[in-house]
Amino acid sequence: MADETPDNIAGSPEPEGTPAKPAPKPKAADGPVGPAVKAAPARERGANVAIKDVPPKPEKKDDGLRRTTEAEGDQNIWRYSRRGFLEKLGWLSIFSFLGVMLVGTLRFMFPRVLFEPSPIFKAGFPEEYLPGTVSTKWMRDFRVWIIRDEGRIYALSGICTHLGCTPRWLEKEDKFKCPCHGSGFYRSGINFEGPAPRALERLKVALAEDRQIIVDKSIKFLYESGGWDNPQSYLKV
Amino acid sequence: MPIADLKKTVTKSPIWKSVFRHDYKDTPRNRYLQVLSNVWLHLHPTKVSRHAVELRYTWGMGGISFFIFLVLTVTGVVLMFYYRPTDQYAYYDMKYLMNDVPFGAFIRNMHRWSAHAMVITVWLHMLRVFMTGSYKPPREFNWVIGVILLVLTLLLSFTGYMLPWDQLAMWAVTVGTNMARATPLLGHEGPLGPQIGMRPDNDIRFLLLGGTQVGPPALLRFYVLHCVFLPVAAGLLMIVHFWRIRKDGGISGPTGKL
Repeated sequence: MADETPDNIAGSPEPEGTPAKPAPKPKAADGPVGPAVKAAPARERGANVAIKDVPPKPEKKDDGLRRTTEAEGDQNIWRYSRRGFLEKLGWLSIFSFLGVMLVGTLRFMFPRVLFEPSPIFKAGFPEEYLPGTVSTKWMRDFRVWIIRDEGRIYALSGICTHLGCTPRWLEKEDKFKCPCHGSGFYRSGINFEGPAPRALERLKVALAEDRQIIVDKSIKFLYESGGWDNPQSYLKV
Repeated sequence: MPIADLKKTVTKSPIWKSVFRHDYKDTPRNRYLQVLSNVWLHLHPTKVSRHAVELRYTWGMGGISFFIFLVLTVTGVVLMFYYRPTDQYAYYDMKYLMNDVPFGAFIRNMHRWSAHAMVITVWLHMLRVFMTGSYKPPREFNWVIGVILLVLTLLLSFTGYMLPWDQLAMWAVTVGTNMARATPLLGHEGPLGPQIGMRPDNDIRFLLLGGTQVGPPALLRFYVLHCVFLPVAAGLLMIVHFWRIRKDGGISGPTGKL
C-alpha cells in the first residue's frame, strides 16, 4: 500500500528520504522543498505579463500526504494524514458496495428454477421403431425425430440449422424439408439443398433401466465436429 | 373600460408575474429573456442562424425523430393501461385493444406506425449527418452518442415486436435471440463459448430470455426492457445529444453560412 501511494497522487512532490520510488524521484531532486519549486513558475509568468496583483499561489496543497520533517525521518504508512486515509476508505467502500450490487443484480437475472418442459424424455422401446423408418411420433411434443437405420437408432433435432424453423419429414421424397426457406436434409440429417449451412443436430440417446429409449435434448452431437461417431449419439440394435 | 382594468389587474398580479416574467416588448434583449427564463423554451437556443430553417440541408430528421419518440412515449404509456405482459393475457389484451377498447386500435396503430417511422427517420438522420460531414470534429463525440441512440432505437423496435405474443413475434424473437447463441465467449455456440463453460442455461441468450427458450419469462423481460430500461437509456442519451449540439456550435449548416 505504502509503495503505491506516489502513483495515486499525480504530480505530488516526494518528501525527502522516502524509500525507492523510481519515477517521481527526479522531481524531488530538483529541490528539497517540493511545493515551493512548484509554485515559482506561476509567479514568474505573472511577472512577465506585468500583472502585479496576482496573489501567489498557495504553497501547500492538501494531497492527503503528511509532510515529514527530516528529524522525523520516513514513517512509512504514517505519511498518510487521517483525512487522506478516510477519504480513500470512503471511496473504497462506495465502490465495493456498487460492485457487489452490480454482481448481485447480474446474478439475479439468472434464475435457479426454470418453468420449462424437461429436455429429457422417454421415447418408448427400440422395438417400436421399424428398421429403415423415420418416426415423427415425438415431433409435436418434443421436436425430435427418431430414426432407425442401418442397425442404429438416433434422435434428430427438428430445428432447422438455418434460422430455427421446424422442417417437415416428406416420406415420398425421403427428405426433411424446411417450409421457411427451403432447406433440405437427408434422413441422416445432412443438408443438401437450400440455405442451411450445416447438418441437423443429433441428440443424446440412451437405454433406461426399463429398456426404454431416453432422449436428452440438452446434449447435442454435431456432424461437422465428428460428434456422430460418439457412442452416446446412437443406439445399436 | 372594465375589461382593460381587469386585464391590468390580472397581468399586474403577483401570480401572473411569477409565471410570465417578461412582457411582449419586441427588443432583442427581451426576446432573449423570454426564451432563457422559460424551462421549455430554453431547450432551444435563444438565437438560431439563418440556415437552421433550410430544410434541404438538415431534412429536420433529428427533430422529427425526437417528435416521434415523444408520440411513442405517450401512446406507449396509454397502451400500458390495458396490456399485461404474461403468457396468458398478452395476445388477448392486444386483440382486446384492437377490437373493443374505444380508440384502442387507433392508439395501438399510432404506436406501431410511429415505431416503424422512427426507425426510418433515425436512419435518414444518420444518412444526412454522414452526407453533410457533420460527424467531423467538433461533432465526433455526438456522432458516437448518435450511433448508440440508433442501436437503442433498433433494440426498442425489436423488443416491441415481441409484445403482441403472436406467431410473428414468437418466431422473430426466436430467430433474433438465436443469433445470441453464436456470441464469442458469451454464447454457448459461439467461438470459445463452450470451452469456457457456456451452456444453454447460463449464456448471454439465457440472460436475454430468462430461460432456454422463448417463453413467458422472455416476454416479461422484453416488456421491462421495452417500457423502462431502453426508453430511459435513450432519453438520457438524448439529453446529452441535444446539449452537445448546442455546445458544438448549434445545428450544422452549409460551410461559410451564418
